[in-house]
Amino acid sequence: MAGLSLELIGLQLFAGLALGSVYVLLAIGLSLIFGMLTVVNFAHGAFFMLGAYVGLWLLSIGVNFWICLVAVPLIVGGFGLAVERTLIRPLYGRGIDYPLLLTFGLSYIIVELVRIVFGKSGYPVATPDALQGAVDIGVGYFPLYRLFVMGVTALILVGLWLFLERTRYGLIIRAGARDAQIVRVLGVNISRVWLMVFGLGCGIAGLGGLLAAPLQGVIPEMGGPILAEAFVVTVVGGMGSLMGAVLAGLLVGVVVSMTSLFAPEMAKVAIFALMAVVLLIRPQGFFGRAGLMS
Amino acid sequence: MTDLADNSAKRLAPSGFLEFARRHRTLLAALFLLVFPLLVPFKALAVNILIYGLYALGFNLLFGYLGLLSFGHSALFGAGAYICGILMVHVGMPWWAGVLLGCVAGAAMAAIIGTFAIRTSGIYFAMVTLALSQCIYYVFYQATGLTGGENGLRGVNVEMISIFGLRLNFVDPLTRYYVVAAFVIVALWILSRILASPFGAVIESVRENEARARASGYDVRRVRLVTFILSGAFCGLAGALQAIHLSIVPIELMHYETSGLVVMMALLGGMGTFFGPFVGAAVFLLLENLVSLWTVHWQLFVGAVFVVCVLFFPRGIWGSILHAMEKK
Repeated sequence: MAGLSLELIGLQLFAGLALGSVYVLLAIGLSLIFGMLTVVNFAHGAFFMLGAYVGLWLLSIGVNFWICLVAVPLIVGGFGLAVERTLIRPLYGRGIDYPLLLTFGLSYIIVELVRIVFGKSGYPVATPDALQGAVDIGVGYFPLYRLFVMGVTALILVGLWLFLERTRYGLIIRAGARDAQIVRVLGVNISRVWLMVFGLGCGIAGLGGLLAAPLQGVIPEMGGPILAEAFVVTVVGGMGSLMGAVLAGLLVGVVVSMTSLFAPEMAKVAIFALMAVVLLIRPQGFFGRAGLMS
Repeated sequence: MTDLADNSAKRLAPSGFLEFARRHRTLLAALFLLVFPLLVPFKALAVNILIYGLYALGFNLLFGYLGLLSFGHSALFGAGAYICGILMVHVGMPWWAGVLLGCVAGAAMAAIIGTFAIRTSGIYFAMVTLALSQCIYYVFYQATGLTGGENGLRGVNVEMISIFGLRLNFVDPLTRYYVVAAFVIVALWILSRILASPFGAVIESVRENEARARASGYDVRRVRLVTFILSGAFCGLAGALQAIHLSIVPIELMHYETSGLVVMMALLGGMGTFFGPFVGAAVFLLLENLVSLWTVHWQLFVGAVFVVCVLFFPRGIWGSILHAMEKK
């Protein structure tokens, strides 16, 4: 294997962690929403895609990239709030499959609306000027933007952890995930908590879309494959576990980048093989509780 | 999914026309399918309705009767289509062998996916089937030598067919309809027999109360796997028929949107009812035919059907009709 040095493997490992960061952003939103609302958001890929397009639109009208980093999650999260309030809330208590079917249909609508507004073909997205170039990370030069994506993800994770573990609101959310009935009895408006959690998850997915846009460009169908990959992450990590989402997201990213180095033709399929193995050995995932899903 | 159960048909008063219709549902369906092409403007559309109707019936065996929501049925449908096509184009098998082996391929694919997916249930099942079908999609997409990759598998042509010395022109739309209808009617009869058998009762008992089914001594996991494989056989047959109908196997058959389509058809028609999915497929394809006349954005319509059905119309068309008759 000529040209395959330790440095190359090291760089590819970092590339995998950067890719994994995007998976992590999707998977924590999915896990958070599932943990609280027991809803699997099949429109999560569509929210991801929406984030990329909203970012594209804001950039095209001259909005600064740094402002986009705040504005995109707010806009996509706001849309998520509207979706929860109008479409998903009527379905609570009507069986676990209904919200799933509804969000799946919703993803068709979102994708088609984006096609109508922005056209069917995709666009490339330029890396922001301040984040172009590469830096030496010890094993070689690595694109600055990918480091930035990893940094933002780490920041979001720390912020989310502090929010959930150290604030009053986070306490309510954790309590609600354990027993919504008791929290309601204690006088907390749990529907509002659910609303906020859904919006938060969608907002983080939108941010993921914005961050991924310069890496892969935008196209209306970009949410489909990544939704399947985010499902792999949640299955491997264990549904409803944030820790599982983070570790499995990074692992899946590394598996993708390592297989594209060693066996490019296997790159698309490898993570599904990983999921199959996890299902055989530990059906509830790394951090999932046994029996949670049955 | 208890509220959507097939009970509606069973609680009907055991007398009169309804009871007769329930007992002889395959016969009545066969008679209807014989006159159906006379009611539809385009014969190719009628063939499409037959094929997607069969696909939706196969899907509903799993979703409506066993209560497992799969988002990976495109892999079963696509496997039937591709294996039928590959055997005819690359191996030179006759069309009927291709169709029968396509049916077997659907069952085999279901056995592979099922082995992994059955280990989970509930929401996990939907996610795992979607992910695994995406994996199968990539495998077929990349095997360009066999499948033609992005361009699809071309040349699955059937022109003249002979059955017991009778020579039929398969290019003629009406003849094609009746050949496909013959397969669909046999499949309907088999499906009806399965559901009426003791095993059919076991399938429904697993949906209604898994713990009790287990306590009664049934191996729930095995029931699920066998039902998934049966579902795969019906969907594989539908896929194989689609291959000879289109003369090409487009890669889109494997795409997860093809899985979503069948979920939507079952939902629209009424899941857990015997004919509901077929009705859903027919209504959807007829509407799509109209909608696509004035807009190319018919996916908007697909999504809207999902949302409206889930929010306001969870019984579906056929389910609502049965419910109304039961009330009288």
